[in-house]
Amino acid sequence: MTLQACNLAAVRGNQPLFSKIDLEIAAGEALWLSGSNGCGKTTLLRLLCGLSLPAEGDIHWNGRSIFSQREDYCRNLIYCGHASGVKDDLNAWENLQVSTRLAGKSCSQKEALEALAQMGLASFAHLPARVLSQGQRKRIALARLCLQPTVRLLILDEPFSALDQQAIAAVSQRLNQHLTQGGMVVYTTHQEVALQAKRLHRLALNRATPC
Amino acid sequence: MLKALVYVVKRDVLLAFRRRADVLVTLFFFMIVSALFPLGVGPEPALLRTMAPGILWVGALLASMLSLGRLFALDFADGTLEQMLLSAEPLSVMVTGKVLAHWLTSGLPLVLVAPLLALQFDLPGPAIAVLLASLLIGTPVLSLLGAIGAALTLGVRGGGVLVAILVLPLYVPILIFGAGAVGAQLNGLDSSGHLLLLGGLLAASAALAPWAASVALRIALE
Repeated sequence: MTLQACNLAAVRGNQPLFSKIDLEIAAGEALWLSGSNGCGKTTLLRLLCGLSLPAEGDIHWNGRSIFSQREDYCRNLIYCGHASGVKDDLNAWENLQVSTRLAGKSCSQKEALEALAQMGLASFAHLPARVLSQGQRKRIALARLCLQPTVRLLILDEPFSALDQQAIAAVSQRLNQHLTQGGMVVYTTHQEVALQAKRLHRLALNRATPC
Repeated sequence: MLKALVYVVKRDVLLAFRRRADVLVTLFFFMIVSALFPLGVGPEPALLRTMAPGILWVGALLASMLSLGRLFALDFADGTLEQMLLSAEPLSVMVTGKVLAHWLTSGLPLVLVAPLLALQFDLPGPAIAVLLASLLIGTPVLSLLGAIGAALTLGVRGGGVLVAILVLPLYVPILIFGAGAVGAQLNGLDSSGHLLLLGGLLAASAALAPWAASVALRIALE
């Protein structure tokens, strides 16, 4: 089980954003993407998800291109982007259930409530997301990580932004648990949160290519 | 796959139910537009009867277009659409679900209220039945074709007007056959030809529109 990318390049408008990115992540390993604002971290994560096409290069999951096995790849993937996908008009637990069901997996109310409790949202689970704070909405989005033990690859864009210390500890504990179970994590953060991976790769985008 | 379809429909209907105002706006727009014509044209029954099919159909067409902007825009803004693209279920199934929910919340209410509005144009009973049938077959086509327009204009500034310009020409055949069916019935002719052609349009757009809209969505999110 590996995620491989070779010779990746992306452009923004006519400007090259980054090029010649090679990476390889195996089971139990994590990749920490760092770099200044606007140097292409989110773009690279979206490329890895298959949401956008690279200008150059290939991305392989278990040796096959992710575009030739989209369904298989998506079944093994959770992506948490900047937009949390949380609906104002739904409860916290309904939001969690909706996002899991849309991903093609089942989720009962009980499972959703348990996952929210792990993220410290037990007493807010029945409130509409409209009245929750930015950090609490982020926690709803991240509660998906506590739900699905079958997912192999987590791609997280700034998972720790807007979270308090307690929530950061809860998320990194969950991620460490995921890594020891043989999962993979690709994440970006400006905070010093080092995960306890079998091997922690670090990729600094602005050093790889000047932007 | 069917489960995902049913779930998307349920979710969108639930969201529409939590935001009832949006649904009611569409319905009231339809009712007010078609109530203005008898007031403006005058109470001549023969004239009203002749104009009724066209007015009711144009009203339904504009009202269903009114809510097209919301079809994908809200999910696009809050990131749900991104998650749908990353789902293990095919995107076109989800788009079908969203279109079905859009019809249930903005097309079906129009169909149900249309017989009542037809009374103020003095339409006879059989013509009202044909109107109901033509709207029942025609309004899902409006949602299906509208989905392509909504997906193509996603994230574009002034998207609402652009949707109208893109989609209204595509609505012309539906308007012609839909209003034509009622007109034929009024003139004592057989309306089944028009209705069958509408059915054909529904079958073709149900097969092609979800696929076209999902391709447009992938491009819009790239």
